[in-house]
Amino acid sequence: MKYLANVATLQYAPEKCTGCGRCAEVCPHGVFAMQEKRAVVTDRDQCMECGACALNCEYGAIAVNSGVGCAAALINSMVTGGPPICGCDSTPGGNCC
Amino acid sequence: MQKLTFITKETKKAGGACCGTVTTTDNTCSGDTARNILSCPSANRTAPRWITGAVPTPAGAVPQITAEWTVEDRWGMIKSRTGAYRMRYTVAPGLYALGEPGKDSDIFVTANYKLSFDILRRALTGHHAWVLVLDTKGINVWCAAGKGTFGTDELVKRITGARLDEIVGHRRLIVPQLGAVGVKAGEVHKRTGFRVSFGPVEARDIPAYVRAGYSKTREMTTMGFPMFDRMVLTPMEINPAMKKFPWFAAVVLLIFGLQPSGILFRPAWTGGLPFLLFGLVSVFAGAFVTPVLLPWIPGRSFAVKGWIMGMLSVLLVHQLDGMPVQGGAFGLAVVYLFFPAMTSYIALQFTGSTTFTGMSGVKKELKYGVPAYITATAISVVLLIAQKIREWSVL
Repeated sequence: MKYLANVATLQYAPEKCTGCGRCAEVCPHGVFAMQEKRAVVTDRDQCMECGACALNCEYGAIAVNSGVGCAAALINSMVTGGPPICGCDSTPGGNCC
Repeated sequence: MQKLTFITKETKKAGGACCGTVTTTDNTCSGDTARNILSCPSANRTAPRWITGAVPTPAGAVPQITAEWTVEDRWGMIKSRTGAYRMRYTVAPGLYALGEPGKDSDIFVTANYKLSFDILRRALTGHHAWVLVLDTKGINVWCAAGKGTFGTDELVKRITGARLDEIVGHRRLIVPQLGAVGVKAGEVHKRTGFRVSFGPVEARDIPAYVRAGYSKTREMTTMGFPMFDRMVLTPMEINPAMKKFPWFAAVVLLIFGLQPSGILFRPAWTGGLPFLLFGLVSVFAGAFVTPVLLPWIPGRSFAVKGWIMGMLSVLLVHQLDGMPVQGGAFGLAVVYLFFPAMTSYIALQFTGSTTFTGMSGVKKELKYGVPAYITATAISVVLLIAQKIREWSVL
């Protein structure tokens, strides 16, 4: 299953990669793979912008604009002007994430 | 290892100081809320069935748990899946001993959403391991990691609070892979000396992962979204939509019941009923049919997928159902304009529950979707008003 093409904000600077393999270890969609001791991006459109790779890259080679991909939260933030927050905290019993 | 009964000498010594308010007594007690269960005499009566005893360690007794699920655990899963008490389904955070772990046993980290904890417990059947539960306010690992509650600071706090360095001889932690959204492995290592390995996405792959020398296959690393997984999420799509349904019903009945002579029951019912039926079908199409049939519905956009399913449902119900739609051409236009849009909107909500949709994509969908929904609703209202005016001028 793939979501919309060409929207992911994933940026990768291969020259900063040290080949530690964390990104490939944490990506839930196999966007990163290790080739010749370097990380490579296999399919950007598989990226769901969870941010695990960027958080765990100690060398600053990865950047991604991550956040809640939750329509209700984004609509709420459009209406209130506040940050997008899922229903979990504010409305008990509401849908989470 | 010696298996202790629930109240041991050690736990009696600790006294009843920590009873009740487990979260606020963090500092005065062992620093590990799970362990406070042991030091609370009243806990002996109310202790959950999955706690089977206590395991002594150099850092004090640790509650011992079983991998087995009871009927209560199963029933709890069903209730939490359907949203009955989802937000209060928690376990006390801290360290637990599954089976009879020792100095070399693995440490598995999880969230304090009881279902996450139970799934890990069950996956570790036959293992002796430590289970470190983070306080995620009852939210599962992935969602909590996204919010940061399943995060570096909380993990560091629990490692030190449980005095893990005294309990185990090694310095390895196995964190669920999806926790990587909130846990910075490098920082955890720097602050505690514990090296984080991100385990498989699914707890059920843990035995194979351990057997393979803590290495993951591609299947263990990637997150699928099979039909069953999609289906169990649908109650939490249907429930919020149905909570708003009475408002929709009230508006529909009001519009159709509104007559020059006041609000009348009979026209409200005969005119409104088909609309209520279309409404129910639209909720079902958006909150159940679209998620379940997701990969087979054309398009990548959830709004488009939902609209297609909404259109098909309206067509189907309109063809099969004998109930006439009131309001002639205007009424029909409203049915075909409003209800597919409603299904599309509900289907779009499911982006929040999938394992593969990202924020940028959802934003793009909303950029085109929200104006379309507002337009469809506005035109529908105008058409219904126009229809009223037409009816009344005839009268």
